[in-house]
Amino acid sequence: MEQSRLSVVDIRDVGFAYGEAKILHDLTMSVGPSEVFAIVGPNAAGKTTLLRCMERVLAPQTGTIRIDGNDLKSLSAREVSKRVAAVPQSHTPAFPYTVQDVVLMGRNPYLGAASQPGPHDVDVAREAMEELGIGGVAARPYTQLSGGQLQLVLIARALAQEAQVLLLDEPTAHLDFRNRYLVLATIRDLAVRRGLTVIMTVHDPNDAMQYADRVGLVSEGGLIAIGTPDKVLTAENLGRLYGIPIDVLTDGDRHVIVAGTPS
Amino acid sequence: MKRGRCGPVLLLMWLGVLVVLLASLCLGRYPVSLQTVARVLISRFVPIARTWDPTVETVIWQVRLPRALAAALVGAALASGGAVFQGLFHNPLVSPYVLGVSSGAGFGAAVAILLGAGTAATQASAFATGALAVSLTWLVGRSGRDRSHVTLVLAGFVIGSLFSSLVAGAQYVADPSTKLPQIVFWLMGSLASVQWGELLRATIVILPCLIAVTVLRWKLNILSMGDDEARSLGENPGVMRFILIGLTTAMTAVSVAISGVIGWVGLVVPHMARGIIGPDARRLIPASIALGAMYMMLIDDVARTLTMAEIPLGILTGIVGAPVFILLLRRSRSDWD
Repeated sequence: MEQSRLSVVDIRDVGFAYGEAKILHDLTMSVGPSEVFAIVGPNAAGKTTLLRCMERVLAPQTGTIRIDGNDLKSLSAREVSKRVAAVPQSHTPAFPYTVQDVVLMGRNPYLGAASQPGPHDVDVAREAMEELGIGGVAARPYTQLSGGQLQLVLIARALAQEAQVLLLDEPTAHLDFRNRYLVLATIRDLAVRRGLTVIMTVHDPNDAMQYADRVGLVSEGGLIAIGTPDKVLTAENLGRLYGIPIDVLTDGDRHVIVAGTPS
Repeated sequence: MKRGRCGPVLLLMWLGVLVVLLASLCLGRYPVSLQTVARVLISRFVPIARTWDPTVETVIWQVRLPRALAAALVGAALASGGAVFQGLFHNPLVSPYVLGVSSGAGFGAAVAILLGAGTAATQASAFATGALAVSLTWLVGRSGRDRSHVTLVLAGFVIGSLFSSLVAGAQYVADPSTKLPQIVFWLMGSLASVQWGELLRATIVILPCLIAVTVLRWKLNILSMGDDEARSLGENPGVMRFILIGLTTAMTAVSVAISGVIGWVGLVVPHMARGIIGPDARRLIPASIALGAMYMMLIDDVARTLTMAEIPLGILTGIVGAPVFILLLRRSRSDWD
């Protein structure tokens, strides 16, 4: 119980099913402020479903999810989006909005149906863009950006929501080696600087090893291990999770996870 | 376009609406000078000496003004309706007719003409069946397992085709020497017979819808991000979409009821507006309203002055719209990707 006092996101016994197909079951975990939590697991393990339950796009059939002590079920969509901001895994632009206009959309939770973003909203958006180093492209159409910059724009939009919790679904899925590093380092930075609670799904356990404070291993809709990366991301755990031989190579306090046996 | 330059551009567009309106009052088979037009208009409010032929006053006040205002109203409704639908369905290629309102209204008008109804009854019938067609589209689109907007557009296509067949049926049974030309002429669109009474009736519906769409316009940006993202931005996409489709359908159905089916405006004008002022709905909606009003008045001016006989509006908007659209496609590919 001493942990729940510190936790921002508190998930208890959550279960979710699409009809007969059980996606999540008996899932319990909590994440605190200024913490980067990575959810690691194979495809179709339920990682994305878990995230979507946390932003209440999906409603779990059993269990509760609390944000800062508030049961998600008791909050309106608008109230949820003031507490939880999400960065989607993939984004298909329909119109060439400017970067600033996209980031401004993050202010929607604070704006009624008939209102438009005001000077304060523009300030918040500007600040978010500066923080992510995309202030220089504010007036550019966001359709002309590189994948890495687009990801930063979507993160800036989430920051403009001024939510305590930031959810990212495979934030590096479409990025090259350099951008992957930049985006993950930025996310780490944000958690520390803004005191955010960051929860992200990753499919390369190395991302979790390098950038997460804690890791949860998800397999077939359940949490099979939770803790610091060096304790959880062991060759044994990962081997069982993915069903392939895995080595963890250590150099000082850096660990690298490689799949397959040395030939 | 930079934010600072948008205010003046919008102002310029509204000024353009005024200029085109005045020009529309001057132009015609009976040309009137701008000076006379101004004095005729002023004489309505301020008692000044009437130095002009009473016919001039009738032409301007009873014929050209209601017609030009109706053109502006219909153009504004169709263009902003197109901008709304393109945002809602995050697809730059949909028009306000995509949910079947035009075929539905066409059927209502055809039946009314077959039964020998008058103008008012024909318009009422067109509005009713137009709204009915969109309601059917909504029901069909919502009845399936997949409730995405793609299903809704497909349902619109199906319902539109159904009503098109019914219109064809009505044409088939219509008397080819009297009723058939009437139906065909109605379907091609015209504002020739618009008078103050019907302009007023249309305004009562269209103006509040235009205002409501303008007030809600920022939410269009949010909805154009797709349902999932709209939801995570705290919006209820289902409710907002229902409201916006309702408003757009009401004003499109009324437009079709007074003017017949005028294609292309709802597709071409939002694209022009986007090319000038950018995709942000905060500026796109007012720009579409202004450009739509201007465009439709100009088209109507051409329709009534180019030849001795009236040219149906639907023909002109098609002939003008297709090349303009091709030009826009070539110029601003970035509109899409």
